Amino acid sequence: MNAGDTAWVLISFALVILMTPALGFFYAGMARKKNILSTLMLSVSILVLISVQWVLYGYSISFGPDKGGIIGGLNWLGLNGISLIHSGYAPTIPHTAFILFQMAFAVITPALIAGAFIERIKFSGFLLFSLLWATFVYDPAAHWVWGIGGWLRNMGAMDFAGGAVVHITAGVSALAVAMVIGKRKGYGKTPMEPSNIAFTVLGAFLLWFGWFGFNGGSALSAGPLAASTILATNSAGAAAGLTWMIISWVHKRPSVLGLATGAIVGLAAVTPASGFISPLSAIMIGMVAAGLSYYAIILRMKINVDESLDVFACHGVGGIWGIIATGLFAQKAINPAGANGLFFGNPGQLGIQLLTAASIGTFSFVVSFILAKIIDAVFGLRVSENEEDVGLDISQHGETAY
Amino acid sequence: MDMKKIEAIIRIEKLDEVRIALEKEGFVGMTVTEVKGRGSQKGITLEWRAGEYRVEFLPKLKLELVVDEFDVESAIKVLTEAARTGKPGDGKIFIYPVDNVVRVRTGERGKKAL
Repeated sequence: MNAGDTAWVLISFALVILMTPALGFFYAGMARKKNILSTLMLSVSILVLISVQWVLYGYSISFGPDKGGIIGGLNWLGLNGISLIHSGYAPTIPHTAFILFQMAFAVITPALIAGAFIERIKFSGFLLFSLLWATFVYDPAAHWVWGIGGWLRNMGAMDFAGGAVVHITAGVSALAVAMVIGKRKGYGKTPMEPSNIAFTVLGAFLLWFGWFGFNGGSALSAGPLAASTILATNSAGAAAGLTWMIISWVHKRPSVLGLATGAIVGLAAVTPASGFISPLSAIMIGMVAAGLSYYAIILRMKINVDESLDVFACHGVGGIWGIIATGLFAQKAINPAGANGLFFGNPGQLGIQLLTAASIGTFSFVVSFILAKIIDAVFGLRVSENEEDVGLDISQHGETAY
Repeated sequence: MDMKKIEAIIRIEKLDEVRIALEKEGFVGMTVTEVKGRGSQKGITLEWRAGEYRVEFLPKLKLELVVDEFDVESAIKVLTEAARTGKPGDGKIFIYPVDNVVRVRTGERGKKAL
């Protein structure tokens, strides 16, 4: 046990927990005025739902004793009878610190998806979807990549802080659910004015702040690796924000919303690589991520899919690029526990990274699509037209923001 | 005892100039409301994450004051001069007849209540 490591991971847990309400504000600012509270609710309700799910069984099936490389066992249900000290995952911190830190990741990931279907999702259907999604997509994906015995982990997949487990799963699933639920009423025909871009900017930079815990805490120690991870994280977020601002300026004007979006995309992209790369590599990753996501949004609008807040274009594309980039830029000189990437003489790693992105992406898309279809058929995933017109704040929650 | 109500739609940023100019000519009382509207310029485009979106109604201010009919022309002159930029979107002035005015505090009526 190490007091410094433990303190850092516990603080990182708190930093990552802050990201879920921050995400709520990031999203709510882009929603229309009649849907601000409901959009916030999609984030904060996940915080309370998955915090409980994680204790009851989420942690057990994600990180519990392996069953065939696919899933953790039910041995740690309710976190009963487990060692509070030794985890097998991080030797210098208590098991409970690791459980908490991972809980924050399990919470924010389903909340990310919500951007796809704001302003029309039925709240009860959303809760059900999120609970099932956490159980059948997030928990297995976390096991594959991070759980001891997980098949991708065993192959040597590198995902430092969740490019595949968090960003690809959420981004790809967002696209699947958007296809099931359909467009918002009047999408593309009537103007949809964002309620408060200042909320979005505030949320984006609170996310940035939380990301130091998200990536830096994934070092699971308070040493040189945490420091180099945070430097890579900040560098990629900055490079991507700067790139996005310049692209929007070249097109017309330097957009604040654009800069904030770019920063989030850069942070998402660097997430899997952050513990394995140099700061210069991080800047490259951020710049490329901004360009890819910017044009992914344009393309998404052209094909007329109402994936409302571009979770796929930002997190899906950012995550896929980040996982691939890890296979290009990773350096054992930065993190001896990792592997070298293609640019450092190890082309094999790129293959593993491609397989990771493809398998996690395909799995997430298929399961999410099926879950959304079933819930839609049995339970209803979408509010009535009248409820959508009135806005979800009043029709789902009986409250108004301002 | 004829009185007129002057209702002017103006640019938000012109309010102080307009108020000061009106005050100089002796028009002290007025009511201001935040409104949205559009004229021949229609809406505008604002920046989205990638590309732009349209806003079809623009924020404006509606300024209302009631004056003696003999003062209408001078009020219009002050308003048009102070609120004008020369670009589309400067606003409009509407003039209505007023039946009566009552000062709540004293119960005075007509021009005495202005």
